[in-house]
Amino acid sequence: MADTVQRRPAVRRPGPPAGPGPARPPAPARVRAGAFIRRHKLAPYLLLLPALAGIALVLLWPLVQVVLFSLQNYGLPQLTGALPTQWVGLANFSHTLTDPEFWLSLRTTVLFAAVVVPLTLITGTGVGLLLNRLGRKMSAFVSTAALLAWATPPVSASVLFYWLFNPDGGLVDWALARMPTWLVGSTNWAQYNWTTTGALQAYTVATLLVVWTSFPFIAVSVLAGLKTVPAELYEAARVDGASRSRVFRQITYPLLKPIFLVLLLLSVIWDFNIFTQTYILTGFPGNQNEYNLSLYIYDKAFGFPPSYGLGGALALIFTIIVLVITVSYVRASVRQGALT
Amino acid sequence: MTTAQPRTGAAQLWAGADAAGGSGASNSRARAARRARNFSANAFGLIIALVTLFPIFWMVSTAFKPSQEIFSLTPSLLPTHPTLGNFSTVMSGRASGIGSVWLFFRNSLAVTLATVLIASLFSLLASVAVARFRFRFRSSFLIMLLVVQMIPAQALIVALFVDFNKLGLLANLGGLVIVYAAQALPVSIWMLRNFVATVPRDLDEAAAIDGASSATIFRKILFPLVMPGLVATSIFSFITAYNEFIVALTFLGQAHSSFTLPIYVTYFFGRGGAQWGPIMAASTLYTVPVLIFFMLVRRRLVGGLVAGAVKG
Repeated sequence: MADTVQRRPAVRRPGPPAGPGPARPPAPARVRAGAFIRRHKLAPYLLLLPALAGIALVLLWPLVQVVLFSLQNYGLPQLTGALPTQWVGLANFSHTLTDPEFWLSLRTTVLFAAVVVPLTLITGTGVGLLLNRLGRKMSAFVSTAALLAWATPPVSASVLFYWLFNPDGGLVDWALARMPTWLVGSTNWAQYNWTTTGALQAYTVATLLVVWTSFPFIAVSVLAGLKTVPAELYEAARVDGASRSRVFRQITYPLLKPIFLVLLLLSVIWDFNIFTQTYILTGFPGNQNEYNLSLYIYDKAFGFPPSYGLGGALALIFTIIVLVITVSYVRASVRQGALT
Repeated sequence: MTTAQPRTGAAQLWAGADAAGGSGASNSRARAARRARNFSANAFGLIIALVTLFPIFWMVSTAFKPSQEIFSLTPSLLPTHPTLGNFSTVMSGRASGIGSVWLFFRNSLAVTLATVLIASLFSLLASVAVARFRFRFRSSFLIMLLVVQMIPAQALIVALFVDFNKLGLLANLGGLVIVYAAQALPVSIWMLRNFVATVPRDLDEAAAIDGASSATIFRKILFPLVMPGLVATSIFSFITAYNEFIVALTFLGQAHSSFTLPIYVTYFFGRGGAQWGPIMAASTLYTVPVLIFFMLVRRRLVGGLVAGAVKG
């Protein structure tokens, strides 16, 4: 950043050294304009510098460090400087890949995304289609409700769902206990503990929570996409007497397909990354069997004893998985002409 | 959504002014079917809206209930004896034991505003570069932004923790601002460059010929025209900073006086046992301002949302 500070005044100075117009009398305005144009070569880089410095320092350099850590025995003694760091080769990776807890957490993460992504997309698309059909007032009401769910901070939403599903005084257990057995099974729902009984129960709550917060974004995006579909197409389909499902399959879906692709990839990435919600719902550091990959990484890196080397190896594995999905996202965006 | 006459199909679904065609009898039948369908759509919409709103309603309702009502065997929708007791315990700091909610509110507000300012300024500069200039690495830079915004924070947090520990910026709100601003930059630049690109280039060329300095052009021409975009990106960096959890959790550790609101609510939730009244009061105080804020900026939000693929 010091670069900017030093270069800028030199370039901006409208004085004699910057004015190369010997034929013309010195016209300050023109000289300044000339300086402005000449600056074009450097200007974009100067303008980019602050943002690039921030991104490099906070997002790119840590990524490099994560790679370095993953090959070292970096722990608390190394952090405080009590012991020197040592290169340990691939020991962190082999330790990780032979830990059954790692595979369990990976399985949980993948299964969770496999359930939540389709649920979110279907709910969101359904609401988006509905919003498109509703009258103005009703549409505004439904989309406001969706906006509020979307805007609720993840921490509040998680604490709130924890309370709704709490065995002592939680509303869900109370309601389930009062429902007929044929509907909710013979489980004793009164005081049913959703968050500590097991991963399935905890992630059921997490699924409802994440669908609740994520479907509005899908709905709004689908709605925005629907607005771009030319009305004549629907008119023509109507004249031809096409059925509703056929109109969706043959007009709406193909036109919204690029949007769906991007939404699908974004949802996969987001739901794969989920941390805050599961941290709170499972009462971290609670039951190890309820960890997803993010919680597992966090526990290895900052748990007891902290191991930044192990955390680095895990972070690298995690990043590679996410980046593989991201590459498809970037390709989809580029194909949509996002770079122009 | 069952309807009276499913076979009538598309004719009524995309009904505009389609009543003109057809004989009188089929016309009134079609109208009845359309009315039935509109009714069921509205009913469906109403149910969705109420189900969606219910959790938020329940949070606020619990916050106003005295504890015997919270643990009552027959919970009531609205508090029968509404009380402000939960809010006053939260404000006095008695319930959490680490201070009044206002302290954390102030911390969150300071961090959020600083993030919004820095991210807006830096991303505006960068988006001018990207939208106005062709230079080497321009496409690489844009692709880098797309990729970098996808790197999960939980992957970087290990290295960030070690770095910021060395810099002595851990239990420090400034450290959070640095991380949040950088996190908000990729999406902000990505969103803003579209707004900058819509400002006609002739406009600032004309100004330049009239002798305006580049600073003047920036301030008088570009800035006002890009303002709506800045609002959208500010909203985005606002959410990033206000909701952020993992970095604050890791950086702030036990530095109670630097806690931001989400960390305070989590701490309180973890320590507070079953004090659901005060906990819900605290999360109401954390949530409701941002909900009101979103209602106010709603119109600007939808466009920005779609442009930047934002998720809370």
